[in-house]
Amino acid sequence: MSVLVNKDSKIIVQGFTGKEGSFHAEQMIDYGTNVVGGVTPGKGGQEHLGKPVMNTVAEAVSELGADTSIIFVPPAFAADAVMEAAAAGIKVIICITEGIPVQDMVKVRDFIKDYDCTLIGPNCPGVITPGEAKVGIMPGFVFKKGKVGVVSKSGTLTYEAADQIVKAGLGISTAIGIGGDPIVGTPTKEAIELFMNDPETEGIVMIGEIGGNYEALASQYIKETGNKKPVVGFIAGQTAPKGRTMGHAGAIVGGKDDTAEAKMKIMEECGIHVVHSPADIGKTMKKVLG
Amino acid sequence: MNLHEYQGKELLASYGVKIQRGIVIDDVNEVEAAYRKLQEETGTEYCVIKAQIHAGGRGKGGGVKVAKNLEDTKEKAGEILGMMLKTPQTPGGLDGPGKKVNKVLLAEDSYAPDFDACSEFYVSILLDRAKKRNVIVYSTQGGMDIEKVAEETPELVHKEFIDPALGLLGFQARKIAFNLGLSGKAFKEMTKFISNLYKAFLGSDASLFEINPCMHNGSTDEIIAVDCKVSLDDNALFRHKDLAALRDKSEEDPTEVEAGEYGLNYVNLDGNVGCMVNGAGLAMATMDIIKLSGGSPANFLDVGGTADAARVEQAFKIILKDPEVKAILVNIFGGIVRCDRVANGIVEAYKNMGNITVPIIVRLQGTNADIAKKIIDESGLEVHSAIQLQDAADLVKEVIA
Repeated sequence: MSVLVNKDSKIIVQGFTGKEGSFHAEQMIDYGTNVVGGVTPGKGGQEHLGKPVMNTVAEAVSELGADTSIIFVPPAFAADAVMEAAAAGIKVIICITEGIPVQDMVKVRDFIKDYDCTLIGPNCPGVITPGEAKVGIMPGFVFKKGKVGVVSKSGTLTYEAADQIVKAGLGISTAIGIGGDPIVGTPTKEAIELFMNDPETEGIVMIGEIGGNYEALASQYIKETGNKKPVVGFIAGQTAPKGRTMGHAGAIVGGKDDTAEAKMKIMEECGIHVVHSPADIGKTMKKVLG
Repeated sequence: MNLHEYQGKELLASYGVKIQRGIVIDDVNEVEAAYRKLQEETGTEYCVIKAQIHAGGRGKGGGVKVAKNLEDTKEKAGEILGMMLKTPQTPGGLDGPGKKVNKVLLAEDSYAPDFDACSEFYVSILLDRAKKRNVIVYSTQGGMDIEKVAEETPELVHKEFIDPALGLLGFQARKIAFNLGLSGKAFKEMTKFISNLYKAFLGSDASLFEINPCMHNGSTDEIIAVDCKVSLDDNALFRHKDLAALRDKSEEDPTEVEAGEYGLNYVNLDGNVGCMVNGAGLAMATMDIIKLSGGSPANFLDVGGTADAARVEQAFKIILKDPEVKAILVNIFGGIVRCDRVANGIVEAYKNMGNITVPIIVRLQGTNADIAKKIIDESGLEVHSAIQLQDAADLVKEVIA
């Protein structure tokens, strides 16, 4: 078991023939991910990286049986690409694109609520289930199979955490990069919930950042459902100044609940094993899993 | 991106929002012509002189003054133009160096003819991240610090959430006008004001509109934006070329502007250990590690995915512009970009610069991390290398001790 993606996922790449899309699609295929084709409007009927190219996501669903999509479409068109995937019946939509206008994401979240789909991202590294499917831009070799689920707003910090977990003698069930934008498809709580219900996942690493209330909501959920699995948590940005955007559009301290300190306090109160140093993620997980 | 008050007002006016009229000038010799033009258009003798800088609380530092006539306007505009204005929001606050005032707005007296008949409200529009929709926040307590109002009298701060598919509905605009205690013509003017304001917010892809005060002139029953703060979504500027052109780089940290031109995401901080990292989350985590090691981060810097020699050199140069920097921690997690390539880039950049005098700690982890460490160790440079994050933290502690 795993969450969101596995060896049976039928994956398409939106923005398949573009530079980013091509590069990462090739890496995904090399990893052994079941990429069944891609979509580039106007290039339907061609073949790319040995896979069929479709004009629309709807065609990819009906002709290739696609159920998962990864999006590398430029920011101006990415919101439309997500909504096209949802309307076509794609179940798991993973949007890598960074720089989507936030009002576009407001519309996307409102649009997709009527469809049976899960959106991951945008502005995220994607999702990986080691040994089965890499649907993202992460370095696959860092992630070894195991029983720890990872939920993170960040890219390289996710790789860092995964590397520590693996070096501590543990492994990853699935790692979900939820994205660093102010509005994402699957906030921390919803991602944690997937792992709480996954029989294969025994522990969870939750990596947050300054800004927003995702970590607080996730913490309350973890406590209310009885701390079923141990969670190790870290919040990046303890030293970030107020009112400045720290790289990720969502990483900004506006009010007092946005700070790393406030978030870590709530997490601790809800029984999460909070680490103050990002170097302690792996060893703390090892300790709490015994 | 933030707009100046006068730019924000022009944006609002283009959507039919009534604003306090004014003329912006950057030279004291332009005062007379501007004053006469304004008097002709508005009919008032009084003139409000407002410093145009990107910071709130301008009045507290002497950046907003009321003048009675032309002579008075000349004198006060002369005082404000070119001054170093200190407000609670300028760098370092009221004790800091302040910000230079390059432009002033000469504005009409919107409160004429009867100041006492006017009332001030607070109106803002922003995205509520938790509710995933825009919200209009408003209060009868205008002209004051809204955070303080919310803390002391939360019942006086109202919120109206906007459905993303339907937009602002008629009854919502009416509810806002009723809650502000308006009736008759003023009520109608307020519903128009709110509706046009929301159109402007969406039309400009703004992230914040703050109208404080939003004024009801009791003599004319007009609703007027007397001040405005406008922030735009940087990610949406590609579709607003006209607004993007309003950027005033003189308001920003010059090193941050230069870093931006290199495509580096850099934020200047006041610590003593610089850092260069790939990825925003890891960059913030690296700043935290510096703090935990007894240092204080001098900057946030995300070099992005391609950490080649040219980029690393630019990043070093940017970091070293800060004289407070006593050490630099490079923290790269090489995934798709290989660590040995990054290591070669660092060695090359270091040699090219030739004059780096502060200790540098390089932590490279990921693809080919061992080869990378060897490259650094055998380079003969004054560079400490590490693979594990904890080892890098220990090295920071060592060099700043």
